[in-house]
Amino acid sequence: MSPETPSFIDRLRASGAVVSVLAIVAAFIVGGILIAATDEKTTSATTYFFARPLDTLAAAWNAAANSYAAMFRGAVFNYDASTFTAMIKPLTETLTYATPLLTASLGVAVAFRAGLFNIGAQGQLILGAMFATWIGFTLDLAWPVHLLLVILGSILGGALWGGLVGWIKARTGAHEVILTIMLNYVALNLLAYLLNTPVLQRPGSTNPVSPQVNGSAMYPELLGDEFRLHLGFLVAVAATALVWWLMNRSTLGFEIKAVGSNRHAARTAGINTFKVTVLAMVIAGALAGMAGAAQVNGTERFLTESVAASIGFDAITVALLGRSNPIGVFFAALLFGAFRAGGVTMQVATGTPIDIVLVVQSLIVLFIAAPPLVRSIFGLGQRKKRKPRTPGRDAAVAATAGGDK
Amino acid sequence: MKLELKGITKAFGGFVANDSIDLVVDEGKVHTLLGENGAGKSTLMNVLYGLYEPTEGEILVDGKPVHFRGPGDAMAAGIGMVHQHFMLVPVFTVAENVALGDERTKGAGILDLEKTRKAIREISDQYGFHVDPDALVEDLPVGVQQRVEIIKALVRKADLLILDEPTAVLTPKETDELMDIIRQLKGDGTSIIFISHKLREVKAISDEITVIRRGKVVGTADPSADAMELASLMVGRSVDLSLGRQHSDGTDVALEIRDLTVIDSLGVPTLDHVSLDVRKGEILAVAGVQGNGQTELVEAVMGLTDHTTGSIRLDGVELLGRSTKQIVNSGVGYVPEDRSTDGVIGDFTIADNLILNRYDRHPVARGGSLQPAFIAENAEAKIGEFDIRTQSALHTASQLSGGNQQKVVLAREFSRELNLFIASQPTRGVDVGSIEFLHRRILAERDKDVPVIVVSTELDEVAELGDRIAVLFHGKVMGIVPGNTSRDVLGLMMAGSTAEEALAEADAARLATTENDEPQLPGGIA
Repeated sequence: MSPETPSFIDRLRASGAVVSVLAIVAAFIVGGILIAATDEKTTSATTYFFARPLDTLAAAWNAAANSYAAMFRGAVFNYDASTFTAMIKPLTETLTYATPLLTASLGVAVAFRAGLFNIGAQGQLILGAMFATWIGFTLDLAWPVHLLLVILGSILGGALWGGLVGWIKARTGAHEVILTIMLNYVALNLLAYLLNTPVLQRPGSTNPVSPQVNGSAMYPELLGDEFRLHLGFLVAVAATALVWWLMNRSTLGFEIKAVGSNRHAARTAGINTFKVTVLAMVIAGALAGMAGAAQVNGTERFLTESVAASIGFDAITVALLGRSNPIGVFFAALLFGAFRAGGVTMQVATGTPIDIVLVVQSLIVLFIAAPPLVRSIFGLGQRKKRKPRTPGRDAAVAATAGGDK
Repeated sequence: MKLELKGITKAFGGFVANDSIDLVVDEGKVHTLLGENGAGKSTLMNVLYGLYEPTEGEILVDGKPVHFRGPGDAMAAGIGMVHQHFMLVPVFTVAENVALGDERTKGAGILDLEKTRKAIREISDQYGFHVDPDALVEDLPVGVQQRVEIIKALVRKADLLILDEPTAVLTPKETDELMDIIRQLKGDGTSIIFISHKLREVKAISDEITVIRRGKVVGTADPSADAMELASLMVGRSVDLSLGRQHSDGTDVALEIRDLTVIDSLGVPTLDHVSLDVRKGEILAVAGVQGNGQTELVEAVMGLTDHTTGSIRLDGVELLGRSTKQIVNSGVGYVPEDRSTDGVIGDFTIADNLILNRYDRHPVARGGSLQPAFIAENAEAKIGEFDIRTQSALHTASQLSGGNQQKVVLAREFSRELNLFIASQPTRGVDVGSIEFLHRRILAERDKDVPVIVVSTELDEVAELGDRIAVLFHGKVMGIVPGNTSRDVLGLMMAGSTAEEALAEADAARLATTENDEPQLPGGIA
């Protein structure tokens, strides 16, 4: 990476928090337009648009507003509910969904800071989940010890999978994007295979599901049986704090950031780039692996092929939205948890397809990846520079050759 | 062509890059624009060349006001420009590059390069350029590429040629050849605007000198003016160019390099059995044209190269095979040649860059945890001590000018007790005021009895700082000569003569001509 042409990651990191917020707003607006466009009442109103244009606009507004209101009821606070429990249940659901996403995203963020595009949270999560499940149903131990072993196991599984990528990358220079994508397939197929062997398959079952983990291996519920929210959320919050310390206060974090920002200068200053690349991926994998334990030992209780859902991929978006900053990632993970929780309610209540949530999520990435687009939409203009940049070299070649006569 | 710029002002928002500049270039004269980096020379030339629209002021060619909307208009009016970074397409031939932007076709879109080839040959013969129209540009040496740029301008019938820092990329010999070319062009009536901050060249070639500082003309000078006077005018305060340094023979040998050989990824030796000694309290200057093994030499000492054989002993301890961290921690200070790539991390704050190679050592860190209070204190202290011009230690290094970035690097390296100090191109791209400061700090380190290696492609810097001078050519040491060796001898050695051959040849040349050497000027500014 030469300093003149900032990489994709560099450009993402350089975009401000304002851009992140505006990207969310812009995505919701476009999402609203899509909801309106697919809404039946709105489409039927457009047939007489020229006669009564306000009907169309009103219908469109209602469609979007109702859908987003339903999403809010499903994700934050259900003001229509009759009991207090039902009112606050959506918020706890959001936090529950956010739990695995949070640690997985932190993993992606740490790798970003080391200059590594870690697409492999999915595979790392699966490995973590396999370790956590196996420890969870084979061992028979008392509660805190068993759970602790489960967490350590999930960390180990993810760390192995991530560390392998770091090691190959540092050793051979193979690109981490290719490595992580390929290892995602390996992890998924390994899981599918083991779920059909006695190692992980439930005895007596022909389906690819694991036995249930013991109660002593579960994260206890935080707010009683009515809510799914479990201790794993607090563990994830603690992990956020730890990653903040790692990246902002520790010497290892300093090394990771140095290697990520300028590998050459880091090497010249005596930083062992090999060690840092491997360690960054070990940490990234460990955090993603923890998400595996949060899935199985927090909510699912047993392992299936779909344990990772799309968490590993959403984690990339969350890390981008949070600008690889642990605190930013925390709030971004909450937002995405809310999408998951609210999307279902939205579909049930208004018939708006849950896919619209995916569209909004994708639009957020799109807008974040193109800060100038967001700035021009909101009329912010380019950030002021004290001095103009000299015209781009290519343009200059053409211009001096008289090409713009 | 007679060119007049009247009251040219160019503002970018609130920043005034050019402030009512007046300039008159007479026909057949070399007019030099002298100024530091960022003084506004390039902006002014871009205005003249039609790349920027002036905010105020007018341009007159032969007394008539003109208005350029782009380089095409400027070229049509007879103005040609050779940019500091060449505007050539490397995979095109010379003829294709010259034709670019002015392509003739035989109809049906087929290029007619024959006319261009003929024109190139004519110009090449007239000025002795020796340029083959069918050579690929990427295969040509830098000096020849520059001639292609000049040909491009001449083919378009330029009567006025702007040369923007033309010697920055040239070897001493190529520089001399360029000077001859400029004299010939001048003889044929071409006006030249010569942009430079190297006083020696400026004094040798100019008819008139205009000095620009912070976007304003601060004065004009005669080429016969004293170099010190020109430098002071350029910087805006008096500059003492002579460091007034004492020669030092050093004491005990501290660094012994024996048979050092580095093989690159293609299996070619970039450093070939190099043996050098550096004594305590002396500066060994390593001279040579860029790419003759200097980079590999210092990187080998720092443990940054692979496939290295031989021996590097510092105070009797073998460094070869140790990690860069071990070498740094054993007290080796290093200023890398490519500051922005290897010296600082642009995204990091100045404070963090100041601890880049001791972030894990007491008192910067304790138990794996950085100590922000110490890092902030250290930054304040170093910013003061090294006069790093910044508003805050929390600004990123990329916001600093080249000279200030280099001060950050130097401040960091001098924060420790050193047993060896290596500075590679310490003043490249650094303004005059900073050069003086950087040189003094390097000398001060030598005077603390530290062995110092200074690698430079600038002959003046080599001569100014070196107690002894080693010249590298194609990865071999051509000889080690005393610090006061003449430029001619060094130039010959840099072109591949051994010290003995170079001395003999220089003597012969001196007998043949009675001309005296020009007075020696120090630093990258001369």
